[in-house]
Formats: sequence, structure tokens, C-alpha cells
Amino acid sequence: MARKRLDLTFPPRQSLKPVIYHLVKDYDLVPNILRAQIHPAQEGRMVLEVTGTKEDFAAGVAFLEGQGLIVNEAASDIVLDEERCVNCGLCTAVCKPDALTLDPEAQTLCFDKDKCVYCEACVIACPRRAITLTF
Amino acid sequence: MAKSWEEINARIASGEAVVFTAEEFASLAADEGVSAAAKRVDVVTTGTFGPMCSSGVILNFGHSDPPIRMAEVWLNDVAAYGGLAAVDTYLGVTQPSTTRGLEYGGAHVIEDLLRGRAVRLRATSPGTDCYPRTEIDTWITLDDLNQAYFFNPRNAYQNYAVAVNTTDRALHTYLGTLLPRLGNATYCSAGALSPLLNDPTYRTIGVGSRIFVAGAPGYVAWEGTQHNPHADRDEHGVPVRPAGTLAVIADLKAASPEFFSAASFTGYGVSSFVGIGVPIPVLDEEIAATLALTDADITATIYDYGVAGRSRPSFGTVSYAQLRTGSITVEGKKVPTGPISSLPKARKIAAELKRWIAEERFAIAEPLQLLPQVGSQAQKPLDIRTGEAI
Ligand code: SF4
Ligand code: SF4
Repeated sequence: MARKRLDLTFPPRQSLKPVIYHLVKDYDLVPNILRAQIHPAQEGRMVLEVTGTKEDFAAGVAFLEGQGLIVNEAASDIVLDEERCVNCGLCTAVCKPDALTLDPEAQTLCFDKDKCVYCEACVIACPRRAITLTF
Repeated sequence: MAKSWEEINARIASGEAVVFTAEEFASLAADEGVSAAAKRVDVVTTGTFGPMCSSGVILNFGHSDPPIRMAEVWLNDVAAYGGLAAVDTYLGVTQPSTTRGLEYGGAHVIEDLLRGRAVRLRATSPGTDCYPRTEIDTWITLDDLNQAYFFNPRNAYQNYAVAVNTTDRALHTYLGTLLPRLGNATYCSAGALSPLLNDPTYRTIGVGSRIFVAGAPGYVAWEGTQHNPHADRDEHGVPVRPAGTLAVIADLKAASPEFFSAASFTGYGVSSFVGIGVPIPVLDEEIAATLALTDADITATIYDYGVAGRSRPSFGTVSYAQLRTGSITVEGKKVPTGPISSLPKARKIAAELKRWIAEERFAIAEPLQLLPQVGSQAQKPLDIRTGEAI
């Protein structure tokens, strides 16, 4: 079993529900949607974490591509530049899932990537531009 | 047990002075009592590292041949003031770049200079008999400048607001992104480490005080703009909302990028984090009592930044100890908090200033003139009126 992150780009007018349904039903994959921006008339994007065997994962990705989706396996990542960070803590005020918190004693920034849902709120909030979303 | 400035400076000069940071002093006072702590410690150091918009540098470029009287000046496409003498300018931290907008501004130019990077200088002039050149386009570094010094009209705010937002949309403010419907709260003070919160009535901090500015030795030059000694105070005499401020001066060439950081607040603009540290002599038990206060004793007032008027509605006060836990309660709702002023940096500044005094024998200076006290001119608003109405 492996857990991988996928960055999906949907062409306009592609509905998303059947795709996820088929990943579960036909390929035995367990998707966890981290982030989705779907608008019927526009290009959509979804970032999800998928758990399953290697074989199922490969078959699932092939299925998604067959559906006309652009699948990026080297999914986007949230990167913290510790050199630029001044530990102001502003990002912690906008991080809803508490991926970014301050150490209670030292008041220095702690980043628990497992909790991150790639919402990018911190990217916009950081006055030092120390957090970036890389592709 | 009163100690004089002279006695304390003599102890600093001989290397015998006992110097504590404000946090260390508070824990000593908690263990041994204020009066024992006051006896033992000579100087307490404070520190703060928050965004301070009213900051900037005075620069002198030297003369080109033929010379120019710079009327319009840009540094890396950030406009600097052209209304001084031929090759003098003032660059403010909040000025945005004409090419990169709010992502790069005066603060970033200053940080680039501090990091030793070359900065592009462009200037234009109508040309005069004594200054015939009409244009210049060249590159400078901090070393090339004759004079380069901070003159920050308002730093080290004594306390600040806690900002929340009751509206239905996110607000982008100088206190960061405020999420809708009380989604978060931001605050901005070093609390118990903050310089003016440790000397709430400005007994020891005044014009001529020797201080730490962005890693350089500097001075309090004047009261800061909007200095307001009349803000509401608690039972310790400590203001519960923004109150006193300092105007400071220091050599940019002696400063460090570790203690000056450019900032871009999305939807608001450019600013800079400035590190300020002030030493406070433990003259007597009265000052020791305020030096011993902790984040649990110091409070700030919560304001609704959803109301963009001069007087914002308030939701009462909350202690810095509570704010630092990561959440507070506003209107019965648990609201996550985020600071803006960096406590790790404030601690570094207080520790560095302690090292200056204890090891480098950095002398402290009695104010040449006190800052405006309670009873001085009140802060006045700007009314909108016509010439005839005056
Ligand atoms: S993108 Fe940033 S704000 Fe959003 S969850 Fe991840 S760390 Fe938190
Ligand atoms: S907002 Fe930026 S500078 Fe401040 S703690 Fe977060 S990452 Fe660091």
C-alpha cells in the first residue's frame, strides 16, 4: 500500500463525481480530497491523496488520463523557506487545519505537513513570502 | 536601595553590571520577590520585532561629475524623496516599486542594501547652472554611500490592538489576513518583553536614550509620531491599547539584516520588521515592579477591524498570556490567534543587548529630555474642513 498525492486538472464541463467514484469502485483506491476548485464552465483543479497498491494506482491514473484529465503526480508542494521566515506567526492565524502552529514555549513556527490541505492561505498571508506553492 | 544612572554606568564600565532580560528578571522576581531582584539586577533589557511602517533611511550618494540636483529619485524603481539637497534623499519603507508593486518596496531596498547587494539608482533633474546633469543611471552599494542612517518616525509602539473581523468577508489589513465572522484574531506586541511596556510612564526612556536599532547602536531621537500617553491604563499603570511611541536614529551601515526584514502584506502594502531593544536601569523598586510584570499581567484591547472608522467597536481586553495560547474567546466564540510581532526575535534582541552591556560595556544614557507625559497635548484627529471654515 502506498499513499501518493495527485494534482488533477479538469477540462471545462468535466464533472468530477463519477471520476472519484470509479477510482474507489473500479480501482480500489481510497481518495482523500485535499482541495478542489471546480466550476462547470471553467477548468477545474483538484488535489487529492490516494491510498492503494502500486498496480491499482497505475491503473487509476491511466483511467483518469483516459477521461481527458491532466494528471500531475509530482503534485504541488507547500515549501517553507526557514531562512526567510522571521517567526512572526501570521500564517498560523489563517491555517485552519493547524498544519502551521507556534511552539507553545519557543513561539517558533512548526509545520506539520501531514495536516496541510494545500489551501494556500498561508502563501498569501506570509509577509516575508517565505511559504511557496511549488509545482 | 535606589541606584543612580552614574552608579549603574560605573558598574557597566568595570564589567560588574548584572544584566537580565525582562523575561529573566520577571522570573527572578517571581522566585525571590521584587525587592531582592531590584537589589541584585542593574539593567533589564527589552526587545521587540514587529512591522513598523513609519521607518526609513536618510542617504547621501556623493556627487557625480558633472553633478546633478536629484529632483526625482528611484532606488530599484522605488521612489525616494527628492525634496532635500542635491544628493540627499529619504527612502521610506512603505513606498511601493513602480515595476513590482507591493511585492517590492522601500523596505526591500533597505534589506538589499543591508545584505550587501547592489541597488540601481536613477535620478532626473531639470538641470541648473551649478548642477548641469539632467539624468543619472548607476548602481550603488551600502559601502559606497557617504551617510546612510535610519530615521524612523514611529517605532516600538507601547502595546497594540488585537484585531478581529465580524464582517462576512476576509479583510487584508496591516494586522494580516482577518478571516470573516471572527475566524481569527491577530495581535502585535512583544508583551512583557516590549520596551515601553516595561517603562510605562517613560521614566527612563526618553530623548537621547541609547538603544538597539536593527542590530546597530542607536538613539531615541524624539517622541514617536502619534505618541499618546493618555491611553487607558490598567492597575499597574500599563496602557491597554496603543499608547507611547519612539522616533529612533541609528547607522544603517552598522545594522544587520537579521534584525531588519522587509514585509509585503497582501492587499495592504509594504512594511518592515524592525528590531528595537531598550535597556532599562533598575533604579528603584517602583520601576522593578513594572519590569517584573509578565504576559499574564499585560492586556490588549480587542477591536473589530470590520469597521473601518476612527473609533472601532471593542470586545474588551485579553492578556498576552491568553493570546499566546493560540486561542481566545470573543463573544462566546473560540477564536484562533496569531501574533505578528516575532517573540523569538524579540528574545534574541533582548539577549544581544544584554551581551552588549555585559560584555561590550555598552553604556546607558539618562534621557536629555523626557517624552511627553500624561497631561501633555492630546492626540488630535484630522477634521475635513474648508479654508473658509478656519
Ligand atoms: S496551505 Fe498553508 S494554510 Fe493551507 S493548510 Fe497548508 S499550511 Fe495550512
Ligand atoms: S507568516 Fe511567514 S514569516 Fe511569519 S511565521 Fe509564517 S512563514 Fe514565518
